[in-house]
Amino acid sequence: MKRRRARRPQDEWILRLYTAGETTRSLSALQNLESICEQHLKGRYRIEVVDLLKHPQLARGDQIVAVPTLVRRLPPPMKRIIGDLSNENSVLVGLDLRSRARKPKEKS
Amino acid sequence: MATRTARRRKVRSSTRSGPALRKVPTGIEGFDAITDGGVPAGRPTLVCGGPGCGKTLFALAFLTHGAKIGEPGLFVTFEETEQDLVDNVGSLGYDLHRLIRRKRLAIEYIRVERAEIEETGEYDLEGLFIRLDHAMRSIGAKRIVLDTIESLFSGLSNTAVLRAELRRLFAWLKDRNITAVITGERGTDTLTRQGLEEYVSDCVVSLDHRVTDQISTRRLRIVKYRGSSHGTNEYPFLIDQSGIAVLPITSLQLVHTATSQRISTGLDWLDEMFGGKGYYKASSILMSGGAGTAKTSLAAHFMDAACRRGERVLCFQFEESPAQYVRNMRSIGINLERWMKNGLLGIHAARPTLYGLEFHLATMHRDVDRVKPSLVVVDPLSAFTGASAGEINNMVMRLVDFLKGRNITALFTHLIPGSGMGAETEVGVSSLMDTWILLRNAPPGERGGRHLTILKSRGMAHSSVSRPFDLTNHGAVAEVEP
Repeated sequence: MKRRRARRPQDEWILRLYTAGETTRSLSALQNLESICEQHLKGRYRIEVVDLLKHPQLARGDQIVAVPTLVRRLPPPMKRIIGDLSNENSVLVGLDLRSRARKPKEKS
Repeated sequence: MATRTARRRKVRSSTRSGPALRKVPTGIEGFDAITDGGVPAGRPTLVCGGPGCGKTLFALAFLTHGAKIGEPGLFVTFEETEQDLVDNVGSLGYDLHRLIRRKRLAIEYIRVERAEIEETGEYDLEGLFIRLDHAMRSIGAKRIVLDTIESLFSGLSNTAVLRAELRRLFAWLKDRNITAVITGERGTDTLTRQGLEEYVSDCVVSLDHRVTDQISTRRLRIVKYRGSSHGTNEYPFLIDQSGIAVLPITSLQLVHTATSQRISTGLDWLDEMFGGKGYYKASSILMSGGAGTAKTSLAAHFMDAACRRGERVLCFQFEESPAQYVRNMRSIGINLERWMKNGLLGIHAARPTLYGLEFHLATMHRDVDRVKPSLVVVDPLSAFTGASAGEINNMVMRLVDFLKGRNITALFTHLIPGSGMGAETEVGVSSLMDTWILLRNAPPGERGGRHLTILKSRGMAHSSVSRPFDLTNHGAVAEVEP
């Protein structure tokens, strides 16, 4: 148990952004997300955009009610962030990116 | 074919815009009667009440009935998972799996957990709309239930957005001509916590579950029904193995048609005292007396006679179990068992303290409507001691009215406490009765074991003497008159 597990699951981030059509709100959510990811997760993230107007059946699985909704599918646990992601701070908190970024610093 | 559907469509749209509100039945026994047809078609109805008051069940009954009459329905649950919902109502006689398999019903579980959601920036509830739309399309839904949509308020913090979106949702449902039932939890000063009544103003139903003296009663009230007349009383309703039923017990009018048909009391000598013909059919008869004055036995004679004529009889026993009752009557030569076996006689036994008066009255209604007897016996009325005299009086009056309205003869026995020498019945129900018989034990020194006196019998000549009689192993036998 002491042995450290491979860090792979933490390395791979899969983010899914649910939108309903190409609205200005959904476009700005995607832009905000991309810029945050480029800053904090460069090279180890994947963004999937799901347009619920085209795939309504997908809303149920991830319990989508509000749009836009960002779902962190990997790493676990699953996280949900709703809104246009305009507040970078709370997006980082919502994705657990802040505490994750700090810890290595404290250790070293 | 094409012209027929076209015509039907035309009729439909004209009724919708016309003055008469189109309604769809909920299938809830009694509710459709007090609302004169059910809930408004194509519009939302709000069903509100405290926890455990039966909101979900009401909503479900509405959907399952729709499923039966070709109006598939979507149940949107915000509180229970699909599986929990199916399991919980399975015990109440709803087989949801079957309806789901046949695409008559769909369940959409929507979970909004504040702890799991971070809010940042603007959003709307389009995701909810898309899910509802998708689920409704999958079964061609005509009905929808939102149970309880107020949960959104505990899951999401932006109430301004929520309120705007709810308003949009109800308008959206109306546009689609979907008949909706929306449930809401009672607030402290408002009908619902989030003031849903502000959005849903066509029809508002309030459910209530009260416990008084450890006895629970469920009540239903139509708070408002725009454009329609409706009963304004509080109506008791039941939830049991066969689902939910509202009991409209209202008729306090004296509009029964009086019949001059007479029926035998089951005893020649007693018939004789009533001019040789017995009681009036569909009249109410009170037999009061002290302990051991043969009230129950005389009632059994009457029931036996009715069964012999091939009539159905329903007996509500509040002191003995059916088996004990049958055995006791066998000892005086009355064989009730055969009538029970061939289905003419039904004995429903319950402890009077088991439920409240309303509930007893309600179950009696229900049983009577199912069995359709021509004679109902309540033995004894005096078992209902917990409630106030006024309440009992009220209950008996409603029961008498109800039975008369259905042309059913009713016999009530009533125990007078003590020696039974006093003639007054403490319930004061005697004025509601057409015939009043007083039974008493003979005082020491007098002949006979028991005495029977007809205190009154409306609209007929009757004996006014006190008639001695005895209980023998072949029934109640009167002494030969001197």
